[in-house]
Amino acid sequence: MRIELTVNGVAREADDVWEGESLLYALRERLGLPGSKNACEQGECGSCTVYLDGAPVCACLVAAGQAQGREVTTVEGLAGDGLDPVQQAFVEKGAVQCGFCTPGFLMSTKDLLDRDPAPSDPEIREALAGNLCRCTGYEKILDAVRTAAANR
Amino acid sequence: MDFLAPTSWAEALECKAAHPDAVAIAGGTDVMVELNFDHRRPPALLDLNRVPELADWALDDGRVRLGAGVPYVRVISELGHLLPGLAMAARTVGSPQIRNRGTVGGNLGAASPAGDSHPALLAAFASVEIGSVRGTREVPVAEFFTGVKRSVLEPDELISAVLVTPPSGPQQFSKIGTRNAMVIAVSAFGFALHPDTRTVGTGIGSAAPTPRPAPEAAAFLAGELEAAGLWSSRGALPATLATEFGRRVRDAAAPIDDVRGSAAYRSHALSVMARRTATWAWDAYRDENRSAA
Repeated sequence: MRIELTVNGVAREADDVWEGESLLYALRERLGLPGSKNACEQGECGSCTVYLDGAPVCACLVAAGQAQGREVTTVEGLAGDGLDPVQQAFVEKGAVQCGFCTPGFLMSTKDLLDRDPAPSDPEIREALAGNLCRCTGYEKILDAVRTAAANR
Repeated sequence: MDFLAPTSWAEALECKAAHPDAVAIAGGTDVMVELNFDHRRPPALLDLNRVPELADWALDDGRVRLGAGVPYVRVISELGHLLPGLAMAARTVGSPQIRNRGTVGGNLGAASPAGDSHPALLAAFASVEIGSVRGTREVPVAEFFTGVKRSVLEPDELISAVLVTPPSGPQQFSKIGTRNAMVIAVSAFGFALHPDTRTVGTGIGSAAPTPRPAPEAAAFLAGELEAAGLWSSRGALPATLATEFGRRVRDAAAPIDDVRGSAAYRSHALSVMARRTATWAWDAYRDENRSAA
């Protein structure tokens, strides 16, 4: 089937989409947007986090057909002329090691700071509970979130 | 595979009648996992995201009618006062990403013994509103589940809403898992005091083939509260009574050993959760009286 949706502000369409395929697959394999990562495919790791009509969701758990006519923002849509302050903070604080989880953490962090510009540590941990990182031990990620909050 | 995307409830029911083997998908947090892992290859998906009748909640004839497509995030932000037990359960579901998509209707449809909504709905004496082209019926949640991931839903039926009377007393929810987020319950318990009818509501999760109430334990506690005049006096809940209630809840379960926990652990956890939630709820009931006085 064909799907038409807006991705990062641009109208896009994809053909030959399998009816059971995920939005994540469509983004990565049909629309050339590999920033959202494919890891667990069961909503545990958060590395595929995108915004669907503004709300962070696991793209692996959205059927591609469910995104028909809707607005999707991926990590590729975060940066403007320069890096988003959240991206900049992750770079500055060394919150990136292998980098696989980073797109998801960036999306969850930006959503948190859009809702709450000055989150407490427990609020940060709660907001990032759906994103797994196996490298950093999370301390540098928490540093980056605090820094991003301070710099915005 | 077909992808059916009805844009009204009437059209959704026609789709389901025409494609009884279509799998309904709302938030996708259960269905897509099965598709991604090729555990399931249904002939059709029936997307309910575009059905406006499922997307909202309202007070209807004294009851909350929670549309089957309302995501957990809205149960938490909008219904904490009307459905407190369910809102507490919703806060324990997955992660923000999951709570933005997952729905109570989908939780019921999946009918997992570990579904987080179920203990809270059982304790609140909720009903499930089910529709088909043949008409609409209402099934008490306690009669909805028929086996592991099985329910009374007929192939041509869809869940339209959950119907819950706003609480006349405090509600509580407790869930045991390996961490506070992103966890399937090892076991869970929902508790509700219904002072208007002087009854107690209970819901056991993840400790039997289906979510189930503990009616004998509930009747025991309500009866003891009545006998001691505690519904009226709002005196303290005797610790021995709370403990005995916990034991009776434990005895109502039928847990198994699995990867998440042993049967013995689940039994013990249930007795503790039942004792604690009853005590918390009773303490809140007593506080209501103080603040009203």
